[in-house]
Amino acid sequence: MVTIKEFPKEEYLLKGHAACAGCGPSIALRLLFKALGNKVIMVVPACCTTVIQGPYPYTSFAVPLQNMLFEATGATCSGIAAALKIRGLEDITVVGWAGDGGTVDIGLQALSGAAERETNFIYICYDNEAYGNTGLQRSGATPYGAWTTTTPTGKKERKKDMPLIMAAHKIPYVATACPSYPVDFVNKLRKAKEIKGTKYIHVLAPCPTGWRYDTSKTVEIGRLAVHTGIWALYEIEYGRFRLNPPSDRLIDKSKRKPVREYLAMQDRFRHLTEADIEKIQQWVDMDWEYYRKLASSECSDLTLHGKI
Amino acid sequence: MAVPKARRDMPLTPISYPTFGSMGKTGSWRTFRPIIDYSKCTKCTLCWVYCPDVAITRREDDSPEIDYEYCKGCGICANECPVKAITMQREEE
Ligand SMILES: Cc1ncc(C[n+]2csc(CCOP(=O)(O)OP(=O)(O)O)c2C)c(N)n1
Ligand code: SF4
Ligand code: SF4
Ligand code: SF4
Ligand SMILES: [Mg+2]
Repeated sequence: MVTIKEFPKEEYLLKGHAACAGCGPSIALRLLFKALGNKVIMVVPACCTTVIQGPYPYTSFAVPLQNMLFEATGATCSGIAAALKIRGLEDITVVGWAGDGGTVDIGLQALSGAAERETNFIYICYDNEAYGNTGLQRSGATPYGAWTTTTPTGKKERKKDMPLIMAAHKIPYVATACPSYPVDFVNKLRKAKEIKGTKYIHVLAPCPTGWRYDTSKTVEIGRLAVHTGIWALYEIEYGRFRLNPPSDRLIDKSKRKPVREYLAMQDRFRHLTEADIEKIQQWVDMDWEYYRKLASSECSDLTLHGKI
Repeated sequence: MAVPKARRDMPLTPISYPTFGSMGKTGSWRTFRPIIDYSKCTKCTLCWVYCPDVAITRREDDSPEIDYEYCKGCGICANECPVKAITMQREEE
């Protein structure tokens, strides 16, 4: 367990980068380096993070980083991890860092393959719930009701549950995070680094440009996502599901804020009807009923991970 | 490293190099300027950890220092400061 004051001062995301003002994924990137330092090799598919680097021949990343095709992050990480193994460079952490589109939609098969091959790497999906780079089209991670340029009246389908898809691969570590909770995220990254095999962390990263709220509210909205329970902080370590603070105190519905408070802060949900809001609240409550069961002792080995 | 002028000057494998201000002096994007009232600041370092633009440096004594050449004026630091030590003031013309 670390505290913010123990975070190293070194920065490997350099100032003057190209993200929009108030960008949640940029906070997550800084935290990535606070946790792992610069002994990393990153693989980044087409996404906002490609843009954040800045135009050739400059980059705001002071670590080795391979820009990769949209669909190939997992496969590229497998190749790099294999090369490092052959060269005996096993103190270097391979990090796949991809958006939600590049993870839950187009990069899913490559990631699934890498997990099945037990590639030794950390894969992080920073989820801004749309295709940000290309101007905000809907993705499989866009939540029900949200406006995007391709869902002008609100998305009609629900968000894909990517962390549980990864848990079904029986990988040793799956976690969720949010940059509003820096210590939680940094601890999870450090834990992931010490575990051999495929580690998956799904980070809800608020995006003022896509979610349509004032740039100063990024951290506040992430906090509200957790306190309303629409986003839960948890980890699944060798199949064992555990809610992390403050989500571990929210199993009782009376402790959770109404999801309406979270929705009301973002113009992408402006058009929602009362019935829509009620539906979303019911889904959140159902998710929590599920989390309650997973956290209970009968479900202590959720994915039947079978570590022997 | 120079920016290639023509296509024939492009290397086979383009490599970018770490640079402060890869997108230029992004402080020029700002419309509101965060101002720290050091008499209120408790050196909690929260503004430092949450700044998406790496525009806040944590000094030796943990007090924050804003780099206005790069701060984009998002206002997250002011929103998150627990003692309201940071205010956002409109930039002059
Ligand atoms: C095969 C392929 N299809 C489409 C694109 C265009 N494209 C580039 S980035 C992007 C969106 C990325 O969205 P996401 O992964 O969510 O990352 P974000 O931009 O939101 O950070 C798209 C559609 C591409 N580069 N390659
Ligand atoms: S669109 Fe959103 S995620 Fe992408 S750089 Fe802008 S604020 Fe960040
Ligand atoms: S206004 Fe935004 S960019 Fe500027 S110092 Fe504060 S958090 Fe950083
Ligand atoms: S958040 Fe406020 S109190 Fe904390 S270090 Fe920054 S200015 Fe000081
Ligand atoms: Mg995205």
